[in-house]
Amino acid sequence: MSPPAVTTTYREAMRAALRDALARDPRVFLMGEDVGRYGGCFAVSKGLLDEFGPERVRDTPLSESAFVGAGIGAAMGGMRPIVEIMTVNFSLLALDQIVNNAATLLHMSGGQFNVPLVIRMTTGAGRQLAAQHSHSLEGWYAHIPGIRVLAPATLADARGMLWPALEDPDPVLIFEHGSLYGVEGELPADAGPVDITRAAVRQPGTDVTLVAYGGTLAKALQAADTLAQEGVSAEVIDLRTLRPLDDETILGSVRRTGRAVLVDEGWRSGSLSAEITARIVEGAFYDLDAPVARVCSAEVPMPYAKHLEDAALPQPPAIVAAARRLVGRHG
Amino acid sequence: MSAPLPDRGHAQHLLHEMLRIRRFEEKCAELYGAGKIRGFVHLYIGEEAVAVGVVQALEPDDAVVATYREHGHALVRGVGAGPIMAEMYGKVEGCSRGRGGSMHLFDARTRFYGGNAIVGGGLPLAVGLALADKMQGRARVTACFFGEGAVAEGEFHESMNLAALWRLPVLFCCENNLYAMGTALGRSESEPDLCLKASSFEMPAWAVDGMDVLAVEDAARRAALAVRAGGGPCFLELRTYRFRAHSMFDPELYREKAEVEAWKRRDPIAVFTTRLKDAALLGDDDLARLEDRVATEVAEATAFAEAGTWEPVADLTRFVYSERTS
Repeated sequence: MSPPAVTTTYREAMRAALRDALARDPRVFLMGEDVGRYGGCFAVSKGLLDEFGPERVRDTPLSESAFVGAGIGAAMGGMRPIVEIMTVNFSLLALDQIVNNAATLLHMSGGQFNVPLVIRMTTGAGRQLAAQHSHSLEGWYAHIPGIRVLAPATLADARGMLWPALEDPDPVLIFEHGSLYGVEGELPADAGPVDITRAAVRQPGTDVTLVAYGGTLAKALQAADTLAQEGVSAEVIDLRTLRPLDDETILGSVRRTGRAVLVDEGWRSGSLSAEITARIVEGAFYDLDAPVARVCSAEVPMPYAKHLEDAALPQPPAIVAAARRLVGRHG
Repeated sequence: MSAPLPDRGHAQHLLHEMLRIRRFEEKCAELYGAGKIRGFVHLYIGEEAVAVGVVQALEPDDAVVATYREHGHALVRGVGAGPIMAEMYGKVEGCSRGRGGSMHLFDARTRFYGGNAIVGGGLPLAVGLALADKMQGRARVTACFFGEGAVAEGEFHESMNLAALWRLPVLFCCENNLYAMGTALGRSESEPDLCLKASSFEMPAWAVDGMDVLAVEDAARRAALAVRAGGGPCFLELRTYRFRAHSMFDPELYREKAEVEAWKRRDPIAVFTTRLKDAALLGDDDLARLEDRVATEVAEATAFAEAGTWEPVADLTRFVYSERTS
């Protein structure tokens, strides 16, 4: 008998994952700005300070470089830190530690020092937070060898990706799209760890593959619904793991459908979507029935005004339009 | 003011350690000229008393985080001279399998955490290693070496604050050799008093004559004792001088020859040798014996590196991610 499903939110699922990790392993601790007394700037860690105490739910000063670097050092010293950075834009203040240390130490030391660190941060736009709180820079991090990059888009992944990330001997970055925290849904009461190596087919289809992740998954699924009403069968892939990319699932789908629309909230130039395009062209060129299409953010720092922000972001109508072009329907 | 002279054995041990660094690095310079060593190589010559003095205060399971000028620290901490030299050759027998080179010496056995070539980049790591010790109830010290140039970096201030705020067992060792590459301290700091800066973090801070190995050892022992006892971090400013170029290509336009010569008259090895001889703690035969031992060690290290092998190119992408055995 399968356990009953409970109604929960992405935020609560992430909190349950944190609580579970803190309870399971005494080496695990959470640190970051306002994760304790404030309860987390997106209320993800609310209540955990009372439950686990200030040693294991650690408020830090506004020193991204020092507390991320301290996470790296603590990981090498035998702990399993979870470092929270408020937004990906703030993570740029810790870029030295993430890129020059976390990603390199194992290699520079000839395999002697691995860094079992998890860094969580929010990413993405949609909340009118303008150009210093809204960017999608996870594609930059996906460029870096030595780290694993995850993007949980569903409640099950919000609940299940943290533990395997902590079990990974190397640094893992988890990008949580800010628009997802309030998303409500059903989750089995005994939901637990999930695989963090493979992309997932969220909806099977035969005519065109829509590739999305994180905050764009729901938009791709919405576009697929619209396309279905027009008789176009879209397969929707959720990347889940941005580095390393699951070529097998992506290319396997494109080989079946012969068409691909890549949806990426990052800017188009030099983006994750550019990388996936290249892989499709390298690996599935002769299976393509149409050029690869991309729906990305407009190449502009994210504006504040709602109508401009909406216009800057990938939206379902643009995804639908791109798919229609590929299948030769101009409705 | 220097500390009192130690017994004959320890005095000669300190001299031996400084000589090991000096002769090893003289060989490095020679091998660089011969094309055996490439990349950047930053010599510690002139600053030996700092690493040797501080390391005396460390226990075997303490940790060291150092900079790209770290051959000396690695040597006195117990990383083998052979693996260090092999690393500079780029051989797989190197202490980082040839993946790091001169600037990235690592050794898990001695808890030597590099070899960090981003100025200031090692300080947060040291804070984290100390945090792990504190959270796991271990009375260990993490010694973190960095130059005075790092004081201008945000990571210095962030790390000092965090270590002091959380009372973490870090021994901050600022090697003040007066120049950040070619930029003099007075040209980069509005407040050049480094101890004053450290004190602003509510951290005990002392300035020490870094050319005097006994003064360094004495200060480091007192600081390490306080740190190990749980009193939080300490800061030592070790006033020293680099006798050689910043790296291997440096016309030294930024400092006067007379200044270099004046500091060389304070050579930590020459001055200490004279002092020991005057106190009858070192004879000519003792010195010859020490030099012989060092020469043998350096020759063996070089032979080890020469005999080393190149990692197969097929292994190029190893150690990007951990190799799981399961």
